[in-house]
Amino acid sequence: MTADRTVRMFDGGSGELTAPAQSPTALEAVRLAKRYRGTWALRDCTLSVPAGRVIALVGPNGAGKSTFLHLVAGLITPTRGSVRVFGEPVGQRAQALARVAFLAQDKPLYDGFTVAEMLRFGHHLNPGWDDALARQRLAELDIPLNRKVGKLSGGQQAQVALTIAVAKRPDLLVMDEPLANLDPVARHDVMRSLMVAVAETQLTVVLSSHVVSDLTNACDWLVVLNRGQVQISGEVDELLATHRMLSGPSELADGVAARMQVISDSRGERQADLLARTGPGTPLHDPRWTASGVSLEELVLAYLRRPDTTSLPRPALTIS
Amino acid sequence: MVIKLRLDPSSGVATYLQLVHQVKHALRLGVLMPGDRLPTIKEVVNDLAINPNTVAKAYRELEHEGFVVGRPGLGTFVRRSLGSGSTADHTRLRRDLARWVHDCREAGLDIGDMEALFATVLADSAQEGIA
Repeated sequence: MTADRTVRMFDGGSGELTAPAQSPTALEAVRLAKRYRGTWALRDCTLSVPAGRVIALVGPNGAGKSTFLHLVAGLITPTRGSVRVFGEPVGQRAQALARVAFLAQDKPLYDGFTVAEMLRFGHHLNPGWDDALARQRLAELDIPLNRKVGKLSGGQQAQVALTIAVAKRPDLLVMDEPLANLDPVARHDVMRSLMVAVAETQLTVVLSSHVVSDLTNACDWLVVLNRGQVQISGEVDELLATHRMLSGPSELADGVAARMQVISDSRGERQADLLARTGPGTPLHDPRWTASGVSLEELVLAYLRRPDTTSLPRPALTIS
Repeated sequence: MVIKLRLDPSSGVATYLQLVHQVKHALRLGVLMPGDRLPTIKEVVNDLAINPNTVAKAYRELEHEGFVVGRPGLGTFVRRSLGSGSTADHTRLRRDLARWVHDCREAGLDIGDMEALFATVLADSAQEGIA
């Protein structure tokens, strides 16, 4: 369907392993900003994410997550700056829009339709519709096609909405809070179902959520938005590998803090705990200090509490 | 499926490394042998609800280290086993270690004390360049 789909980081089930190719850029925002009346919902958002990623968009309420996703999907136009999806400016050509599927927070389903009618509806609206994929997914999930959408559980409705979005065979799937209002089991099931879809179709996903723990193993790229700006954009493994919790005597903490970027600093009378961004070779020579790994959740919280601190490991974008 | 992979969310170890460690552990223990097929990426994703790129990264790492090989259309297969020393050495060393654990218990050490002691000795021996 598109050239980008031939770039595969892995082969769905065969076990064929290919080196991570020079992935094209899936998502690129340059100085993107959106103002509603007098208020900037998004201030100055610059980032670039390669194709094939599952991107977690995290941030407090009002950080601009929803605005950013609507801009990416081409549903609103930016006040300033630009956003490109697979190199194409968003929202200017129908062809570019067909490559993007948007799943809104209030699931776009009709309660009075049966599941089969929802599929027919999706088929009519989307030229690239993959009906076999949709039916196979629903069969695997044990969702009956003749059931009215309004009679399904919240988790099943989320699965139907996700199935319709995936059956559009987009290159980029944009999801605004897909896990909101779901119980823990349904959240896990929806994430698993999404991960299988990624394995089968190699699509790029960007999704927003409040709950970082839900995203830990599902997302491989993290974007933290805070006060309308990008605070972090980077590969999850790389972020986790370059941040350490350093624990040691409080009287030596100033010396350690002076040598590296400290994100959070908690000091007791005797022991200090510093969450620091450490280079790959920033050894702690002093045996009184220990370094331990941090979870994605700890990392996100530490940054959110320090909105002035950024971690943007990628070099500045070149605008072609 | 010869083995099922698991995750320990509290370990603080990157997910792909947890998968790498588990496969290596299974190779060391002989649970996985040359010729065995690892679970497919989709199988692991469906089991653990994790990102397929993470599984692919773990398998690439194992392939890079020469433990497995990906065969297009067939799957990922174990190429060589892991673990050095002969079986006889293992048996003898295990017996010695069991005696050491017994001595520790006699001296009133608990599991935490023993783990700390063992880790310290390992670290010392690594620094001396013996290990």
